[in-house]
Amino acid sequence: MSHDAPDPGRGGGLPRVVLVDDHHLFRAGVRSELDGLVEILGDAATVEAAVECVRATEPDVVLLDVQMPGGGGVEVIRQVAQTHPETRFLALSVSDAAEDVIAVIRAGARGYVTKTISGPELADAIARVREGDAVFSPRLAGFVLDAFAGSLPAQVDPELDQLTAREREVLRLIARGYLYKEIAQRLGISAKTVEAHVSAVLRKLQLTNRHELSRWAVERRLIGPEG
Amino acid sequence: MSVRPAEGSEAGAPTAPASSRPPPVRRDLSRRVLGGVCAGIGRRLGIDPIVLRVGFVAAAVSGGVGILLYAIAWAFVPAEGAQRSAAARIRGRRESWQAAAGTGLLVLSALLVFRELGIWFSDALVWPVVVAAAGAALIWRQSTSATGGGPAAAAPAGRTSALATPGSRTEPPGASPAGAGGGSAAEAAAPTPPRVITGLPLRGGPALSRAGLGVALVLGAGLFFLQANGALGALRDVLLAVVVVLIAVGLILAPWWWRLVRNLTEERTERIRSQERAEMAAHLHDSVLQTLALVQRRAEDPREVAGLARRQERELRAWLTGRSEPEARRSVSTALEGVAAEVEETHGIPIDVVSVGDAPVDDDALTVIAAAREALVNAARFAGEHGPVSLYAEVDDERLHVFVRDRGPGFDPSAIPTDRRGVRESIIGRMQRRGGRATVHAAPGGGGTEVELVMERER
Repeated sequence: MSHDAPDPGRGGGLPRVVLVDDHHLFRAGVRSELDGLVEILGDAATVEAAVECVRATEPDVVLLDVQMPGGGGVEVIRQVAQTHPETRFLALSVSDAAEDVIAVIRAGARGYVTKTISGPELADAIARVREGDAVFSPRLAGFVLDAFAGSLPAQVDPELDQLTAREREVLRLIARGYLYKEIAQRLGISAKTVEAHVSAVLRKLQLTNRHELSRWAVERRLIGPEG
Repeated sequence: MSVRPAEGSEAGAPTAPASSRPPPVRRDLSRRVLGGVCAGIGRRLGIDPIVLRVGFVAAAVSGGVGILLYAIAWAFVPAEGAQRSAAARIRGRRESWQAAAGTGLLVLSALLVFRELGIWFSDALVWPVVVAAAGAALIWRQSTSATGGGPAAAAPAGRTSALATPGSRTEPPGASPAGAGGGSAAEAAAPTPPRVITGLPLRGGPALSRAGLGVALVLGAGLFFLQANGALGALRDVLLAVVVVLIAVGLILAPWWWRLVRNLTEERTERIRSQERAEMAAHLHDSVLQTLALVQRRAEDPREVAGLARRQERELRAWLTGRSEPEARRSVSTALEGVAAEVEETHGIPIDVVSVGDAPVDDDALTVIAAAREALVNAARFAGEHGPVSLYAEVDDERLHVFVRDRGPGFDPSAIPTDRRGVRESIIGRMQRRGGRATVHAAPGGGGTEVELVMERER
């Protein structure tokens, strides 16, 4: 079970995916779009079914809806992580409520894409999540920039609670619609370095207990999810 | 809220507010003997309370008027520090109390006149009649105001006519006073259930206590009368039997009554829910179903279908988040979203909007928004078929920063023909005139064009 090092599917073979979404139509749509690009092991519509399915099939990546009855994606991640900590999650949602998205990322998802993403782009994102990379959509990058904006109180850990100038730059370019390779080209760094920056941001987002983050989420809720 | 009990009641008139007279009479609890009435009035009038006390005692001994006056003053004059008098705390409507007190006092004065004239019925009759008159006035007042058709009385009228019982409304003189005159305990309980059942917990409370007190006054007067005439002993046995039966009936009916109340509450919740459902259905019908019908008809034109879907999505989201139109115009980010939506709609090109930070729309922001709109139109026109257009806005204290990026073939910014008004005038010129800056970058690797708009914000 705990084969964290070389993944069985890594390098060769299609990524093995479980699809979790409470909308049947949407699951069917994603299935047909991803046909031939990934191997879909199963799908689930509820939190319990999802946990069961993931434990039974042990996929590389779980495509996870953010909002579901019974706790949503956060609950699935929490339960699966107890037995299968190596499972990777990619959040896929129509929800652009910032607090929901940030909650799923903080629970352990390695990325967030919106449901309007095209099939090949989604397959690419799945492959990157399988490699352990972080996948940031422009919208998520915007959320994160927003969350880490503002001045900091004195006694915080700058390692965790603040983005570096470079990380900000990378996030800004993602938000502006640049692909990783375009960012690399523009900043004169390698695509791998871009990945490293994004992963660092993801780690900070998951580990920081920067209290602005929660305050920010509350404010977002007040002014509407698209603020 | 202050009243003048002593003078007002002496004259037989209803106690009236003396709002303009500073300082109002307050019962002085620190120097009280009984309720602080004399101490309070004495302080207000600047005389020793002992004088008043002696006066009250004298009035009490000679016929009992002093007791009545003192009780009224106690109830109506607020204690020091308290905002409202004891009576004001339970009464909801001042007039009904004034009416009650007034009626009682009028009857009293009439009786006193009779007494002076030598036609006296004995104290055993006078006091009960006074109290009963006050109580009846309360109840009558209560039922007429309920019939008066306030919103509370009108609302449930259609639904609960079957449940309407004496004391709630419709026939004030017939129903409630009959119960009051009869003096049976069953009637005393009667006004309670219909009030609760009709689902008027808010307005029912004070009204209930008023009606209840009225009933209690009348009943008390009746009992006092019977006792004074020595007829109570015989009645006690009957009354005991009645009370026992009533308690038994109450115990039997209580669960049923409770269930009835609960069912009605549930029914009410259900009604609210179905109203909400109907409202939502109406909205979905006007928006989503219409769009779906359009989508089916335009199925052969994927671009238009996508445009319809996006427009509907936006509209639905705005509805779900409950954001109203004017509110949406107030902030930079929502204004940009609106502009993007508009361009998206006209040109059928998907536009991804991401914004960080926000600010209210001012003149500078309006310029940036207008320039961004031009940039979006440009991108949609010349690069629309190459993929989505991205709009990114960052607002902080120092500047407003907007990027519009497309994935088209790109063009050399230095080679913009002078007649291309779109870029030169509407974007660059417009920004420069307000002290901002607009730059057109070619994205790396021939991956499209990016327009950058910067406006420093003055703080």
